[in-house]
Amino acid sequence: MIPQAFDYYAPTSVADALRLLRQHGDDAKLLAGGHSLLPIMKLRLSTPQCLIDLGRISELRFIGEADDGCLAIGAMSTYHDIKNSALVQERVPALAEAAGEVGDVQVQNKGTIGGSLAHADPAGDFPALALALNFELVTATARSGRTIAIDRFFRDLLTTALRPNEILTEVHIPALPAGTGVAYQKLPNKASHYAVVGVAAAITVGDDGVCTDARVGVTGAGATAVRARNTERILKGKHIDAAVIRRAAKRAGANVEDFNDDLHASAEYREHLTTVFAARAIEDALSRAG
Amino acid sequence: MIAGQVSKLIGSRVKRKEDPRLITGEGKYTDDVILPGMAYMAVLRSPYAHARINGIDTAQAAALPDVLGVMTGAEVNERCSEPFPLFAILEGMQYPERWPMAATKANYVGEPVAAVVASSRAAARDALDLIEVDYEPLPVVVDMETAADPDTPVIFEEMGSNLCYEASDQAGDPDRAFAEADGVVEARMEQPRLIPNPMEPRATVADYERSSGNATLWVTTQNPHIERMVVAQMLGMPENKLRVVAIDVGGGFGCKINTYSESLIAIILAQEFGRPVKWAEDRTEHFVSTSHGRGQAQYVQAAYKKDGTLLGMKLKIYADLGAYAQVISHVIPTLTPSLAPGVYACRDIGWTTVGVFTNKIPYDAYRGAGRPEAAYIIERVMDLIADATGKDPVAVRRKNFIPKDAFPYETPTGMIYDSADYDAALDKALAIADYDKLRADQKAQRKDGRIVGVGVTVTTEVCGFGPAAAMGGLGGFESATVRVDPMGKVTVLTGASPHGQGEETSFAQIVADDLGVPFDDVEVIHGDTSIVARGVGTFGSRTLVVGGTAIVKANEQIKEKAKLIATALLENKIEDTLDPQLVTLEDGLFSVQDMPDQYVTWAEVGAEAYDGQLLPEDLDPGLEAVSFWEPPGLTFPFSAHIATVEIDPDTGEVSLTRYVSVDDCGTVINPTLVEGQIHGGLAQGIGQALLEQAVWDDEGQLVSGSLMDYAMPFAQEFPMFELDRTVTPSPVNPLGAKGIGEMATISATPTVANAVVDALSPLGVTHVDIPMTAERIWRVLQTHRRGRRGGRS
Repeated sequence: MIPQAFDYYAPTSVADALRLLRQHGDDAKLLAGGHSLLPIMKLRLSTPQCLIDLGRISELRFIGEADDGCLAIGAMSTYHDIKNSALVQERVPALAEAAGEVGDVQVQNKGTIGGSLAHADPAGDFPALALALNFELVTATARSGRTIAIDRFFRDLLTTALRPNEILTEVHIPALPAGTGVAYQKLPNKASHYAVVGVAAAITVGDDGVCTDARVGVTGAGATAVRARNTERILKGKHIDAAVIRRAAKRAGANVEDFNDDLHASAEYREHLTTVFAARAIEDALSRAG
Repeated sequence: MIAGQVSKLIGSRVKRKEDPRLITGEGKYTDDVILPGMAYMAVLRSPYAHARINGIDTAQAAALPDVLGVMTGAEVNERCSEPFPLFAILEGMQYPERWPMAATKANYVGEPVAAVVASSRAAARDALDLIEVDYEPLPVVVDMETAADPDTPVIFEEMGSNLCYEASDQAGDPDRAFAEADGVVEARMEQPRLIPNPMEPRATVADYERSSGNATLWVTTQNPHIERMVVAQMLGMPENKLRVVAIDVGGGFGCKINTYSESLIAIILAQEFGRPVKWAEDRTEHFVSTSHGRGQAQYVQAAYKKDGTLLGMKLKIYADLGAYAQVISHVIPTLTPSLAPGVYACRDIGWTTVGVFTNKIPYDAYRGAGRPEAAYIIERVMDLIADATGKDPVAVRRKNFIPKDAFPYETPTGMIYDSADYDAALDKALAIADYDKLRADQKAQRKDGRIVGVGVTVTTEVCGFGPAAAMGGLGGFESATVRVDPMGKVTVLTGASPHGQGEETSFAQIVADDLGVPFDDVEVIHGDTSIVARGVGTFGSRTLVVGGTAIVKANEQIKEKAKLIATALLENKIEDTLDPQLVTLEDGLFSVQDMPDQYVTWAEVGAEAYDGQLLPEDLDPGLEAVSFWEPPGLTFPFSAHIATVEIDPDTGEVSLTRYVSVDDCGTVINPTLVEGQIHGGLAQGIGQALLEQAVWDDEGQLVSGSLMDYAMPFAQEFPMFELDRTVTPSPVNPLGAKGIGEMATISATPTVANAVVDALSPLGVTHVDIPMTAERIWRVLQTHRRGRRGGRS
């Protein structure tokens, strides 16, 4: 468990980090917590020549409200920060709760929201929540930066829309309309506590009890986290009762291309779990929407 | 200090003496050893489960800066005068020779192939990537039953088959029992391989002094003297030239009994390169370099009468030894049929045990070693009979118990159970669990569609090894040296080698009570062959019962001599002569009955023992005793456990909702230590029932090769354990104690398994293999919901 030798940089500003990134190009990896990267480096499955540690860039670690009313979270905010943020607890309690269920205390203390999203582990918890909460991802490059909609972010296994010269700097979570409930439910892998399958749901219900909006994110099931669009369609415009939930949950796996099949769960079981946890997340979200 | 203030410590919750040291980071683990000029070793391991080694090119690795040198398997093996010794060779068994490294053929993934020594850990690791090995992959034998098949490729050609042994035997008349039975239950039961994971992985530091030829080996072992014997023998070195040190060892669970290749390689490298050499495995390496446990396929048939009486059993047990037998690993599977009768009076048993070699890392002792596999069989059988006869599992067990007036009881398999009262333990467990209410609640919960189960077991095991005959040449004794110094303080040297169990505390309690000295005046030293008298070590729940008794015996000698010294001192005080027979030791004070004001203390006795001016002529100075004690028999702790579970009908997840553990280990020296053993033991046994299994692919690669993939339980997954005990002293040692290190692990697995099967029984389920993972249970639900039929309710 000794990684190959590498150079280590700990810039204190995004500008410095970008400069280092441009300088080292493909030889460099960004370190944003390290709970995913360092283990694979220790196994020598990843052998970057240089690590640029974003951990000392204080401008990347904040939780606040953006001008447009979005909840803004700096990419280097830890799960611990998110779990304990009064603002997050007030605005999106499900996100604070989920942060408290990631890995263990050590992971929560070091792991970051930006690291989790940029790494795009197929079994990560936050990708499902990011999809359900319609995260906007703000990035920086040496020239400027951009905002990437979460729906266009996860591309493939451990692959995102981020370019090699780009740093994810913050996450914007649009304000939730009144009557919205959010929930995340998962079956934890008993060894790693990653999600075998996890489903996040954000459900908005109008005064008349009709679902006006629904976003459902599924993680753990396939190569990337995906939105369960069929499920959302079934929910929208309906009075959500048990029968609707059942029907909607049944379609939660429809957008998963290939179910993962590994030591921890067969594809068949994962498909089943997707339905089970979709139903649980929807029910839970609905109960919070009132 | 006035000795009279000492209270009785045996039976009380004395805090662990060793904890302040360990929890403040002052423990002396092997990896803490730093020697001047020390270099670091890294081991290149075979990535193939079975491959011929046609050549190794080490030139590039050796040329790296900071690398002192590289040795191949052939070069290391050449330095050994003999292969690894085996003990307790079974009649008719065959086995391959095993040397420290694979020289011409690798037989499991992880087998050492070459070793690098460098001036830093990182450089040693880097060099591994530069060693080029020309492997020629060979057919791989993974499955143990396939391995036994004559058509399967043979791993060790010279043996002609993959069988280590196939041994059949019987007690009584099993055929008659089956002929007379009202029915027969049968099942194939799997005991997955488990991967022991002590907190501290293995490590070793070797230091060699060229001028004297003396070597010192710091190593993570449970038995330093056996380690010394094996290493010295293999290196052709006199034992007195080798010092083995294992002061603090962070758990072992059996996987640190074996003498591993790295001990030998490190010494050989230290000799070759003239530098002390350290090796420490990391967790990932541990998974493929340190022995695994369990791993059996069990074919079980049991004959019963309608009233629930177990008449007889027929067993065929395959045991996956992995690529080599080691120490006494091959004997462990034979403990399974020996203990298969459990706590029941069944006399007619036939069994076949098949030990096979496969292309896997060797198997060895793991907490329970052969007995968990037995308890699992018999306790599942009891539930199968309960199910078949429509009786309550508690009633079936009571029906078959060995009665309490039958002890000592010789089982048909030749074990002599020392003492027990199974009904008493079961009564207590039932009362704590409120069993009748549990069953009533279960009925109601089932009506609500909940999947809930109750599991009950009553188990025993064999431990406290052991008379020499049970040890196959390793020795059945334990040693103790008790030394009183001139200040009257006591030092105890034990040949046992506690590595987390807390005997520094329990031994000090025994001495404090026995001699009447304050607990804090007793130091317990272990784990250094140059300091302590030859010992056997810590395994098989033997430390307290054998090592503790050795201390009691040494104390007797100490007290006898101390009284003679005290007599001289008292005579000096009263200026008169005294009959030493009249001198008594009470609460640490030596006195004679009719002169209560005249007494001497341990400090006075200690001082005089070495000053010696007042000693009578026929009494030598000094106050130290050595005792070697071998028990006349084995101890058989027992337990009654009850677990309740609830199964998530959608996911198949099993939640353990209650766990009642009533255990009997005879005399309890320290309840806190006993409960600690039970808590940890339960966690391991429950983990085995619900989570743990080593998974291999067809190429012999360990798929569950890290703690990210191999699931061990977390404390938060357990309910608060409900513990109680009965106390049935053992007659085989003066303490009346029985080992408790393994009992809870042994009981917990079948208890949880029984609870899960009980939960599923309305669906017609009678057996489910462990580990009862969510997916496995979900599949059972899927299959059985379709063909729903009645079951126990």
